[in-house]
Amino acid sequence: MATQAPPERPPTAAPGKQKEHQPNKLFWIILAAPGMIWLAILFVIPFYAMLAIGEGKLDTQTESPVAVYNPFTWSSANLSNVWRDLFGSNAFAGDIAWRTIWYVAIASLLSLVIAYPAAYFVARFAGRRKGIFLLLLIAPFWISYMMRMLAWIDLLQSNGYVNKILSFVGLGSPDWLGGHFYTVILGLVYGYIPYLILVLYAGLDRIDASLIEAGRDLGLGRLRTFVRVTLPLSRQPILTGMLITVLPMLGDYYTNQLLSGARDTSMIGNLIQGQLSIPSAGQGAILSLIVLVVLLVPMIYYVIATNRSSRAAS
Amino acid sequence: MTSTVVSERVATKAGTKQARPKLFRNPWRHPWFLEGFTWLYLIWSLAPIAIAVLFSFNKGKSQATYQGLSFRWYWGDKVNSIWYNPQLHSAMFTTLKLSAYTTLIAVPLGVAFALGINRWRGKIPSSFNFIMILSFVVPELIFGVAMFFVFTQLFSGIGLGLLAEILGLVTWNVSWPAIIVQARLVTIGKQYEEASADLGATQWQTIRRVMLPLLYPAIFASAILVFSGVIDDFVVVDLLSSNATNTPMSVIIYSTQHGGNGGPALNALATVMLLMSFVVAGLGFLGYRLMTRGQRIDGQQALTAIAGAE
Repeated sequence: MATQAPPERPPTAAPGKQKEHQPNKLFWIILAAPGMIWLAILFVIPFYAMLAIGEGKLDTQTESPVAVYNPFTWSSANLSNVWRDLFGSNAFAGDIAWRTIWYVAIASLLSLVIAYPAAYFVARFAGRRKGIFLLLLIAPFWISYMMRMLAWIDLLQSNGYVNKILSFVGLGSPDWLGGHFYTVILGLVYGYIPYLILVLYAGLDRIDASLIEAGRDLGLGRLRTFVRVTLPLSRQPILTGMLITVLPMLGDYYTNQLLSGARDTSMIGNLIQGQLSIPSAGQGAILSLIVLVVLLVPMIYYVIATNRSSRAAS
Repeated sequence: MTSTVVSERVATKAGTKQARPKLFRNPWRHPWFLEGFTWLYLIWSLAPIAIAVLFSFNKGKSQATYQGLSFRWYWGDKVNSIWYNPQLHSAMFTTLKLSAYTTLIAVPLGVAFALGINRWRGKIPSSFNFIMILSFVVPELIFGVAMFFVFTQLFSGIGLGLLAEILGLVTWNVSWPAIIVQARLVTIGKQYEEASADLGATQWQTIRRVMLPLLYPAIFASAILVFSGVIDDFVVVDLLSSNATNTPMSVIIYSTQHGGNGGPALNALATVMLLMSFVVAGLGFLGYRLMTRGQRIDGQQALTAIAGAE
């Protein structure tokens, strides 16, 4: 039915077609509107509310924060408090911020070192077994984060399997869950590596194998082909993958709470989450905003990179 | 592994002058070292899960020593098993409820948003698209804190609880369908739309008869991602849940274990969660294969599509 073109609309009439395409912009606006309104009310406004609470006052009678929505009457009490905690002489939050940066840097680099070879192998060399490798590689993606943490809690108990093996070999039985940085980093790596590996696999799988073969045919060794062809081509997936692991790691408080719970391993996420209890909520809001502002640069980079690659695909 | 192979070869070829080219005699040999590394990684990533599942069938109370097979923590124990403990029992249904509502709202919202934004060019749509992608990358804790404040202070009529959780989860997940459908729209191109318009279809007809059928696999994949994403979600629901009737499984596992009351019942709950995710993933895989039948899409591509890595 649809194949018989109605005569009054000849496909060759390009100018007429242009005119017909013009007025229906409204149609797209109507389609996009619900999502736009939703995002405005439930994404943009919440962040403004957070700012208003952070710059707001404290009701001294009820000990609860009061949001101030007019920017001209904002108070900077919370901001100066947080600033003092971060950079002042008695800056306990400053230590936490540094620790967060260190933990996240170590955990994300470790993730990359583990994830890249595995993703590279599956993308390039798995051959006919690619399907099964891919399934195993993706499986953790479908296993809930809490389940994966629970699994390590089971294993790392003082009488758990890890210590049974260690003491069998004669290496003693360390108190893994007693608040150590290495347990937290293990948890972070284990928790976020599936997302990284997926991004790396997708990127490496897209590399045209003929480019690598060309490198080999032109006389480069295996290592040099990798360094000069594969590695430059996987720069984009590495960057996106790192962002996709680093950003959530920076807001993580649960891994730390479950695997350590100690004060001297706590990260910025623990600080923010702990401050949501009523009296200091304003400071929690300011701290969240500071983290947001710091992360805005990598986040915007990610957005631009995504846009660029989708435009390149078209 | 490679180095031992290399040194063996060096040993056998010692004395001949052209040792170096011989070393690299077979440049296409299988990379056994990489394969071994990959297997080690897979064991490290999956064995702990298998052990955690095993502990859910533990006869004893321990999460560290296995004492024999039983279904005590599923239904055998009349007080503490996940079927009889009211908190654990309701957590399973809360999770399913949240997943279903969120998927039903977020997917149509995101798909319509993607279609509209993608074809309506200009400053306003591109800035909203920017906001949408920001919502995809902003750390979940920061987003959750903003949501917590807005529902406790500004929209305090909503307060914390099931409604707040659904609204928060929809906002958090709407970017999945929006991003995936936009990516698919780019690869589809404009030809089909223009052809359909030339043949006299109205815009609505074009969307319904041409674009939506072409987009079904992408829409379906994003629905699977949203549904399973909500099952796994922790931060948003942790910050927005108010009491036991609206606390899903992930939060129960976290707070019970963290509160020092862990036990095999939690492993049982986590196993149920695992099963739910795997069922969703399995259905997603089969459904995606069915929808893309006749297209040149193999199982591997279907796998990565329903994991959001396309």
